This record gives sequence, structure tokens and C-alpha cells, in this order.
Amino acid sequence: MKAVIAFLLLMVPALAAPVADTFSNPAMEARARNLQRQFRCLVCAGENVDESGSPFSADVRHLIREQIAAGQSDSQVQDFLVARYGDVILMKPPMQPDTWLLWLAPFLVLGAGGAVAWVVVKKAAARST
Amino acid sequence: MTGELGQLALCFALALSLVMAVAGLIGTRAEANAARRVATSSALGFLVFIVLAFAALTYAFVVSDFSVALVAGHSHTLKPLEIMPSIVGWEMCIRDRLWVLVLALYAGMVALLQRGGERLTSGALGVQGLLAAAFILFILFTSNPFLRLDPAPFEGAGLTPLLQDPGLAMHPPMLYAGYVGLSASFSYAAAALLVGEAGWARAARPFMLIAWIALTCGIALGSWWAYYELGWGGFWGWDPVENASLMPWLIATALLHSALATEKSGAFRTWTLLLAIAGFSMSLIGTFLVRSGVLSSVHAFASDPTRGFFIMVLIALAIGGALALFAWRAPTLQGGAAFEPASRETALLLNNVFLVAACACVFAGTLYPLILDALNGTKITVGPPYYVITFAPIFFALLLLVPFGPQLGWKRGDLKAAWHSLYPALGLAAIAAIAVLAIVAPRTIAATGAFAVAAWLIGASIIDVRKRKGARASAFAAALAHAGLGVTLMGVAGTTAWRSEAITAVAPGQSFTVGPYTLRFDGVSRVKGPNYIADRAHVVVMDGGKPGAVLQPEHRLYPAEGQDMSDTAIRTTGLRDLYLALGDERDDGRFALRAYVSPLAPLIWIGGLIMALGGMLSLWGRLRAPAREPAAPAAPAVAQAAE
Repeated sequence: MKAVIAFLLLMVPALAAPVADTFSNPAMEARARNLQRQFRCLVCAGENVDESGSPFSADVRHLIREQIAAGQSDSQVQDFLVARYGDVILMKPPMQPDTWLLWLAPFLVLGAGGAVAWVVVKKAAARST
Repeated sequence: MTGELGQLALCFALALSLVMAVAGLIGTRAEANAARRVATSSALGFLVFIVLAFAALTYAFVVSDFSVALVAGHSHTLKPLEIMPSIVGWEMCIRDRLWVLVLALYAGMVALLQRGGERLTSGALGVQGLLAAAFILFILFTSNPFLRLDPAPFEGAGLTPLLQDPGLAMHPPMLYAGYVGLSASFSYAAAALLVGEAGWARAARPFMLIAWIALTCGIALGSWWAYYELGWGGFWGWDPVENASLMPWLIATALLHSALATEKSGAFRTWTLLLAIAGFSMSLIGTFLVRSGVLSSVHAFASDPTRGFFIMVLIALAIGGALALFAWRAPTLQGGAAFEPASRETALLLNNVFLVAACACVFAGTLYPLILDALNGTKITVGPPYYVITFAPIFFALLLLVPFGPQLGWKRGDLKAAWHSLYPALGLAAIAAIAVLAIVAPRTIAATGAFAVAAWLIGASIIDVRKRKGARASAFAAALAHAGLGVTLMGVAGTTAWRSEAITAVAPGQSFTVGPYTLRFDGVSRVKGPNYIADRAHVVVMDGGKPGAVLQPEHRLYPAEGQDMSDTAIRTTGLRDLYLALGDERDDGRFALRAYVSPLAPLIWIGGLIMALGGMLSLWGRLRAPAREPAAPAAPAVAQAAE
């Protein structure tokens, strides 16, 4: 709910910076909405800046739209925000040496489980014949 | 006075739980009949005193005795009278202590039902006693609910408005019944390791089922509550609290399947024991590490080191002790079963591999950021995109394999015959995929695949039901639960792929559209609730130019707590939700409104309910069946294949 309010506050001309906070171009608006969902509101519990109502999210939404209006690509917008706030702002954790384990753990467990299952089934089959 | 009586009752309960622990463990020896009787009666006595302690706390809450610390912290005389004595505030008030109450209920059930051999039951009671004693000590030393405040505050601190909702009041007790229910299978598993008795899986099965049903209902209710209460239109956010309930559910689901194989054909003996230990460990880690906020940041731990330290020690002792026992005794239980690669056993094994991998994914996603922050201060966020990439494909693969399990026989199944009998389901899946591609826009691969898999699951369940025609009711439990998965999947896919939204500011009389609906905003009226004041919007659904149904989302202010929140209005056709949330009034007199159209959203929770019903059907069959293995195991193949 607060998201709406913050969002609307940004639309009030007196408060708005030179960049409009809804693009009239639907493709640009869709890009902005999509990008907004990829960044986390750092002062809320697990909300992205698209749905959150905090002033922080309003700021980030504004930054995103400024960048898009300036012709930056999605990945340039992302780099800009990461440089500013750190990796913690990314909803999707980055792939880097200290997160390899995070990304691979589920599949390592799956692989190890599959290997164990293979051995167990082979042994059981040997017993049953 | 009642506060002191409650305190006294809690102390008696502590003493009895210790008696139960010692007597129960001594009772695992063959000749210790007297100890076993002591364990049983002390379990019941323990239950009585815990109930008394909670009755005292409830009384203090109802009469608003703010000299009792816990009541002062959570209640307020402005609480609406009709909900005052109700479960809502009471439940909030005792929240963390509920754990012990539920533990006592399970201990009582173990003692009364006496499932399994007498040595096994005694050992299970002993372990329950140890857990109970540890938790009561934890409560008494770190957060004694009966602590008196002197002088008593004039007014209580009130209850967060977000939490004053019946939906919220219902789901945590449900989840707790599930979390703590896993303590019963944990205790049985530990007792089985001590006694070396193989029949534990059968003895503990009703408790596994109760825990699983409670977790399923709790997760579904919690997700439903988040959907209608939080006003953001979503149903699952992958936040640590939700993950804390999902991890035990995944392990409990794996346990139900693995224990079935152990019981029916003696396969996976040690693995099932390990799962029973892991299930309760997930409950402990989930509730105490994540929920209590101890590890939500390193700073929370530092701000309350006693509580955090106690929790760490408790978890380490419970999990470490059980694992040590497992490492010591499990090798003596070895007795590998014989089955062919194409068999029910293999299917259940694969189910376990996928479920454990899915749980590993949630576990890593929940705890990795905390660990990384503690290790080198790197801060990362693990949000929904991580789970879409890791959890979704693993769970999807599992769902693809689900229909084969019930079609394969124990020991030796016929994969080709199973495949043949599933052809109609495959046809249904193809029809579903084509229908989705033809009818609905936008076309997405994920949604098409999801509907195909949902049809595959539901079709396979129908085939399964037809095959078992005439069997007893509990034979249909698995078919029902698996069909429920398909129904939930349709709901998830529908809302995710085809939700439309409108975020607008409207003036009275203005119309706007969202999805297929045209809505007219007729303005806002000020209403007064029992402990809040609210702006209530009147939004008319226009039906071909004529006014139809009226939706009234509210924006509430709770003066006692100084908080505001939205009360959503949802109109559902059963297949599609129209969802409205009202925001603040703006300077120009317009109001912020958030509107969503979520196709198939109700199916998410209906599917959960169907899964739970499947569990209940199975439980019903179990409680009617004899608790021990019947002398003649020659049950008809179909009936046996049922569960």
C-alpha cells in the first residue's frame, strides 16, 4: 500500500525530478517495472523496490527511471545500482567465488543423492536375483 | 495469584518431564516394567500441569492482568471484547510457549496410544521427556511468561494490528502442531536406535501423518493469510519465515514416503531414521534460528546473547545427540532389502532424492546469507529469482515422476505396464498444454509446462482411483494428495503467468480497468471499528455498463498501536480473484488503489486442502488398523499398494 503512496508522491509535479515516473512509452515502462522487481528494498523485509512503499524504494525507482531515460541498458542500470549499494541490492545473488556453493549446493545434493540411489538400487537388485 | 499458580504448575511440569525422561529411558530395558508405567503416568501428569500453566496464562490474558509481563507485552484493554477471550490474542500471547504445550499433547498421545512395542514406546517417551525438560528450562530462564512487573503498567503494549486477524491466529498453531509433531517421529526414531526395534516406522506413522497434515494446512493458511492481508497480491515470498515452514514440510514429505518403504518391505531402514532426525532438526532450526530472529543478523544475536546461546546449545544437543546416537547404533540395524530397479522402492527413493535436494535448496537460500555475513561480512540477498532457478526445476522433475510411484508394485514392478496404464494421463497432459497455448495469452513455456504437468498428476490420480475401485477409503489417500499437488500447481502457474494489475489514483466517480473488469470508484466513507478507524472505499464492478457487485477495501488506522494497514477486498469466482487494496488519500482528494486480477489463485489453497485431506484419509485408515504388524502379512496387493 505504501508503495502506491510513495509511487504517487513521485508523480506529484512539485516533487518530481526532470524524469517522469511513469514512461508514456509502454516498452520503456515495462523495462522499468521489470528492473524494479530485480532490486531489493534494503530497509524492508524481503520486498523488492517495485512493491515496497519505503522512501528508499521510491529513490531507487527514481534512479532506475533516470538511468533508463538516459539511455542506459538494463545491465548498465544494474551495475550502477550495485556500485552504489553493493550486491545486497540484487534479488538474484551474484555468481562469484563466495556464492558458488550457494548456487551449486542444491544440484550437488541432487547429484550425490542420485549417485547414492544408484548404488542402493544396484545392491538391492543384486540381492533380489 | 493465578500467575504464581501458573508458575508453580510449570515447575511441576518440569519435574514430571524429568521423571518421564529418566523412567522412559530406563524403560527401554526389557525387565523394567515399573519404569515404563512411571514413564506413561508422568507423561500424562506432565500434560495436565502444562495445560494448567497455560490456563493460568489465558486467565491473566482475559482479565488483562498487566502485572504479568507477557500479557502487558501483547494485550491492551482496547482489544475488541468479542475477540478478547478468543484464540486470537491468546495465541499471540503465548506464541513461543505454544511449543511446549504441543509437545505435551504429543507426549500424552504417545503415552495413551502406546503404539509399537512397550520398550519402544517407553524410549520414545523418554526422549520426549528430555526435549520437554529442555524447552521448559529455556522458557523459565530466558522468557518466563509469568514474570511479574512491579509496578504493573497501566496499559498493555497492544498487539501489532497486522496480527489481529483470525487467519493469522489459526496458522501458527497449525504450523506448531506440525513442527512439534515431528518431535514424535524424532523420539520414536531415537528410541528405535536405542532398542533396535524395526517396527518403529509403523508405530510412528500416525504422528508423521498428523505432523504432515498440520504443516500442509499451516503453510496453506499462512500463504492465504499473506495473500489477503498484506495487500501486495502475492502468495509466497520465499522469506525466511516461510522457508522455515517449507523445509520441515519437504523433509516430512520425504519421511512419509521413505517410512512407507521401510514398513512395507524393510527397505531404507537407516535412511528413514536419519530423515526422522532431520525433520525435527529442520523444525528446530526453522523455528528457533530463523523465526526468533536470533540469526536474522549477527547483531540480533549480540543484543540478546543469553537467549541466543541457550537456543544454540539446545539445538546442538538435540541434533548432535541424535546424530551421535545414529552413528553409534545405525550400523547394527543394517539389513538391506532386496528389490528390483523397477519397483515402488526405487520410486520412493527417487522421491526422497528430489525432496532432499529441494530442501537443500531452501536451506542454502535461507542460511547462506547469514553464514556469509558472519564469515567475511559479505552481504547478499537470496530472493525469489534464486528459487526459480534452483528449486523450481528440481521440484518440477519430481512432479514429472510422481505418477509412476503408485503404478509400480513393491519389490518387483513392471515399468512398461505402468507406462501403458499412464497413457490416458499423458493424453490429458497434451490436451492441457494445447488448450493453454490455444486459449490463453500471453503464451509462456513455464505456464504451458505447468498445466501439462498438473494434468499429468491429476490424470494419473484418476487412473489410480479407478484401479483401486472397491478398496477401503484410505487406499485413495495417495491419489488425493498427488491430485492436490496438481491443483496447487495450476493455481501457482495461473497467478504467476496471467496476473494483471492496475496501480492508480482515482477520484470519486472515476472508472478504471484491470484485466477484464471495469471498476467505478464511488468514494470513501469513514467507519469506526472496535479498535481502529478506517477509510472504506466503495468500488463498483461494472457489468456491461450497469453497476454490479460492490467491493469495500479499507485502510485502517489503529490508534492504540499507532499503525496503519490495509484490509483488502477480494471477490472470487472460484477460478479468478479480483483483489483490491486501498491506500492513502492524496492532497487533490484522489485515492491510491491497487487492483489485481489473479486467475486461478483460489486453486493454490484448494490444492493444499486436498493434499491435507489425502493425509487425513490415510491417518483415518491407520488409526483403525492395529498398531502392530498383523501376524499374517498377506494383505491383498492392491490394498497394500494403497498408502
